[in-house]
Amino acid sequence: MPQLSGPTDPAADARWPDVKPRKGFFTDTSICIGCKACEVACKEWNRNPRDGDLELLESSYDNSGALGASTWRHVAFIEQKGDRIQEARESGRALIDLGMPGMGAPAAPAAASPDLSETPILDTPEFRWLMSSDVCKHCTHAGCLDVCPTGALFRTEFGTVVVQADVCNGCGTCVAGCPFGVVERRSDGTVAPKTERGERKGEQPDVPNLGVAQKCTLCYDRLLDDETPACAKTCPTTSIKFGDRAEMVTLAKERVAELHAQGRTEARLYGANELDGVGGTGSVFLLLDEPEVYGLPPDPRVPTADLPRMFKQAGLAAAGMAAAALLSFIGGRS
Amino acid sequence: MTTSDFDRVRPPEPPGRGRRDGKRRRRARPGGGDGSREMPMVPEAEFTSYYGRPVVKPAPWGHDVAAYLFLGGVAGGSAVLAAGAQLTGRDALRRNSRLAALAAVSLGAVALVRDLGKPSRFVNMLRVIKLTSPMSLGSWILSAFSTGAGVAAVAEIDRMTGERLPLGPLRPVLRGVEGPTGLAAAALGPELAVYTAVLLADTATPTWHEARDELPFVFVSSASLASAGLAMITTPVAETAPARRLAVVGVIGDLVATRVMHRRMDPVAAEPLHEGRAGTLLRLSEGLAVAGGIGALLGGRHRGVAAAAGLSLLAASALTRFGVFEAGIHSAKDPRYTIEPQKRRLAARRAAGITDDSITTSG
Repeated sequence: MPQLSGPTDPAADARWPDVKPRKGFFTDTSICIGCKACEVACKEWNRNPRDGDLELLESSYDNSGALGASTWRHVAFIEQKGDRIQEARESGRALIDLGMPGMGAPAAPAAASPDLSETPILDTPEFRWLMSSDVCKHCTHAGCLDVCPTGALFRTEFGTVVVQADVCNGCGTCVAGCPFGVVERRSDGTVAPKTERGERKGEQPDVPNLGVAQKCTLCYDRLLDDETPACAKTCPTTSIKFGDRAEMVTLAKERVAELHAQGRTEARLYGANELDGVGGTGSVFLLLDEPEVYGLPPDPRVPTADLPRMFKQAGLAAAGMAAAALLSFIGGRS
Repeated sequence: MTTSDFDRVRPPEPPGRGRRDGKRRRRARPGGGDGSREMPMVPEAEFTSYYGRPVVKPAPWGHDVAAYLFLGGVAGGSAVLAAGAQLTGRDALRRNSRLAALAAVSLGAVALVRDLGKPSRFVNMLRVIKLTSPMSLGSWILSAFSTGAGVAAVAEIDRMTGERLPLGPLRPVLRGVEGPTGLAAAALGPELAVYTAVLLADTATPTWHEARDELPFVFVSSASLASAGLAMITTPVAETAPARRLAVVGVIGDLVATRVMHRRMDPVAAEPLHEGRAGTLLRLSEGLAVAGGIGALLGGRHRGVAAAAGLSLLAASALTRFGVFEAGIHSAKDPRYTIEPQKRRLAARRAAGITDDSITTSG
């Protein structure tokens, strides 16, 4: 069995003979402008079909809802007032006070905790928009990959996680296995009859890979040609950065230290810690509030980390059933 | 929020629409509405989510899978009963249990294949053997079990039809291997009954994953009482004494394991097991299990009572599986069940001085 939890190089753990440097994203939400160019570029490059019925979801400017089978980049919009901004600033300060992490990769000099007593006290704006482009995390220990029964999901030489659409039989186990709710089985969205006027106008192209699990591939096809993934390539503000994962983590640590030095203690990193429940994520984020505000789990844990214990319990239970049956028959002799 | 001269002509904001800052808060609901349950001994958690949308995705499984959980248990338990009957010379029990095992496992396999996104690719389940994937191991267990149970059941059918199956020279071979294959199926029976518990628990679905320690015990108990119940329906009482004993043990195991599970789970993650449709199913299941157990214990020697008790046990097992299944799906659809237990365990670790394993870091 491969390593189920803790820090590791996932591509080497998957026994690739020629391990490439692990690739990843650093999504700096502090400079995201919510233009959704990443969503569009991703759809175009990967030829993902339209998702749903083009409704307005009444969630600020977010009308694509969540990551899914045909939405591999999703831009979240959160509108916050002053009190909430203050809370975010305080929760970030509490994180700094905990001295987290101080572990893992050696911190760059700039990443040392700033002396907060000397940082300027910022005015809290009355209102802010949080915008964040979410994507598959390409976990070090990927729940989807672990539970896939067919081998359709695999670890690439870049340390990313990709579905082979021609192998997947659509069992759906990976959907439940992902602690971030990323991977989804693709349906054509025709479950409900279209009764309203104006829907499904014109010709719709056939939906490819129907009934099969689909998610971000970190543009595996582009990586093989030394190209940048479509979303990072198109991002106009460099909010989405792409590169070697180690470099991304260093960049992220420098950036968060920079923001802290400006007094913006609400800034924090998500996924940069290799001691977390999924062994660190390939996609690292800089967030400006608690993760759940963005729809991210606050303490994700790869379910397979508990698998040895689950097997033990299951073995005990099975033995118990066999023993109960044995006793039932032995008792019959008397 | 800017202020400008035009603000004067803005209509007043309607009351009760102040939640436009993307923040949704709900109070943890206190215990049950019936007042009989104790209040959870945890602080009321406040939680924020992204427009109330789920954090994890529910498994895209329909009731076919819930039905398979039940049928797999019945099949596994029946094979065990058939082997016991085979070894102790109870011919009717052996025959009926072998046939039950094959019927249940066949129906279950059909249900599983129907639920795939690409049913034509079901054979891809046997592409690899993957120890980290309960679905992969389960597919192999199911295949091996079906082979063993199938051979044993075909031998029974051949005997029942007066050796009219067109087996030719294979008949002596079949007679020779039916015993060993029946025992092999029995050896895999408990695994078939229990692996589905690991399959559910090895997901990010909050209620299933939180139930991981006890769910295997709930499932084998449920499988035992269901297969014993089926035997009590199909087989004359003279041969079902072991089945009745297994039924009673199964009911006791079911009650104990379910209670321990509820007590140990995070109270929020356990909530879907108590409330809504899943809660109703599970309460009903418990009632039927107790009724069936008492029926088997006291009236099992009476054919009519035994059959009624058996039916009650089968229904109890089906309801347990559907209840657990629905509770998990429900828990994945509401972000509260993902976020609140995670926040609580994170806070508990921090309070215990463990601060280096959080996914959120300050640098």
